[in-house]
Amino acid sequence: MTQPLKYLKESPSQTAGPYVHIGCTPNFTGIEIYGGDLGTSMKRGPVKGQEITIKGTVFDGMGAALKDAMVEIWQPDAAGLFPSANETRGQADPNFTGWGRSPGDMDTGEFIFETVKPGAVPWPDGRMQAPHITAWVVARGINIGLHTRIYFEDEAEANAADPILTRLEHQSRVPTLLAKSEGDNVYRFDVWLQGPNETIFFDI
Amino acid sequence: MSIPNKPPAIGGFIPRDRSWQPDALTPGYKTSVKRSPQAALLSFPTTLSEETSPILGHQMLGELDNDLIHNFAQPGESAIGPRIVVHGRVLDENGRGIPNTLVEFWQANAGGRYRHKKETYLAALDPNFGGCGRTITGEDGSYEFRTIMPGPYPWPNGMNDWRPAHIHFSIFGHGFAQRLITQMYFQGDPLIPLCPIVGVLKSQEAIDALTAPLDMNRTVPMDSLAYKFDMVLRGRRQTYFENRKEGM
Ligand SMILES: [Fe+3]
Repeated sequence: MTQPLKYLKESPSQTAGPYVHIGCTPNFTGIEIYGGDLGTSMKRGPVKGQEITIKGTVFDGMGAALKDAMVEIWQPDAAGLFPSANETRGQADPNFTGWGRSPGDMDTGEFIFETVKPGAVPWPDGRMQAPHITAWVVARGINIGLHTRIYFEDEAEANAADPILTRLEHQSRVPTLLAKSEGDNVYRFDVWLQGPNETIFFDI
Repeated sequence: MSIPNKPPAIGGFIPRDRSWQPDALTPGYKTSVKRSPQAALLSFPTTLSEETSPILGHQMLGELDNDLIHNFAQPGESAIGPRIVVHGRVLDENGRGIPNTLVEFWQANAGGRYRHKKETYLAALDPNFGGCGRTITGEDGSYEFRTIMPGPYPWPNGMNDWRPAHIHFSIFGHGFAQRLITQMYFQGDPLIPLCPIVGVLKSQEAIDALTAPLDMNRTVPMDSLAYKFDMVLRGRRQTYFENRKEGM
C-alpha cells in the first residue's frame, strides 16, 4: 500500500439546460432583480484601441441555429493586457472589462459583443500569439462547456506565426477559428457544433 | 539543471480529466446527438488567455441576491415551498478554497416550473419566486444561499423522463480554464438514477460528487433544512521547474 494521493476530482459538468438565461442573464428573461445582466457591456467608459463588434450564431449538426445557447468571451485589452487580478505584466485599460456574455437574440439566436480588437499575448516560451479572444459556449445538449478561440482573418501575418494555428494537423480547419470582417469594424464568427465546418474546440 | 531551493511556483492548470467528465455525445440525452462536436478536441498547455479571469467582485451584489425566497417576492411575502439553506465551498483539485469567485444558481420553483416563456410544464408559477440568485465566495471558498426545495419536472426526451430535483450552478474560479456549469442533486431522490442527464455521468462516484447530503448541522431550527454542496474546479500545477524554453 502507499499513501493515498489526496487530490480532489473536478466537479463533473452538467448541461446548462434550456434555462441557463434565468441564472446568468435573468433580465433578458424578464426577471429583473439585479439591475442589469452581467457581461452585457464590456466597456465602462471610453476604451483604448480599435472598437469592434463581433456577431455570430451557434449552429447544430442539422444547420439549425441554437436559440438557447449562452456565449461568453474573455480577452485582453488593445495592448494585450488582461483586466484580471492575476495579470502581472501591467495595468490593463481600466475602462475595459475583457469579459462579455451574450444570451443570443431571442428569435434568431445571434450573439453580439461590442468590444475592442485584442492585443497580442505571449505563448509560454515568449513568442507572440496572434490576437485572439477566448470563447466558451454552453447550451441544452452540451454536456461540458466548449472552449474555442476567435482569431481574425485580417491578421494574416500574425496568424501565420501563431503557435497554435501553425500546429494544426488539418490546416483546412483553420478558417473555422477566423472572424471574418464584414466592414465597418464588424466581424462575424459563427460556431458550428458539427458537420463539414465543425469549429475547432479546445481541450484547455 | 539545478532546482532552486525555494517554494514551488504556480504553473498552468492541470489538464481536465476527460475520462471523468461526461462525453459530448451521449445518445440517451437526445439533444446531445446533434450538438456534440465529432472531431477530437485540440489540446495545448494553458496560456495567459486561460489562466486569467474577469474581476467580478462583492460590490455588485445586492442585499437579497443569495435569498431566492425573497429576491423576487413582493414586500412581506415569500416564495412557496420547503425552505432550505444550500452551503458549501468552492475548492480546487489541490483542496484549497477558491476565494472571491462568483457563483450563480438557478432552479425551478417548488412545483417544478421555471419562470421562462419557453417553459411548457403545466405546474403553477409562484408569483413570489424568480428562480435565480448569486453570491461570491468568502476567503476560504465558502458560500451559502437560501431558497426553496425545487420540484422535479417532466421533460421531452423519452416518453416519460423526469428531472430529479436539482439546482443549476455556474462558477468562474480564477482562470477562464476553470469555468464550469453543473447541477446539484439532493440526497435520497429516487429520480436520480432514472434521469438521462444524470446518466451522462460515467460513474456512481461522479453522481455522488453532484449529490448534496442533508446537513443537520447547518439547519435553522424551526425555519430551514440545509444541504451541503462542495464544488471543485481545476487546480494549478506546482512546479520547481521553469517553463520549457522550446515550443510545445
Ligand atoms: Fe433544470
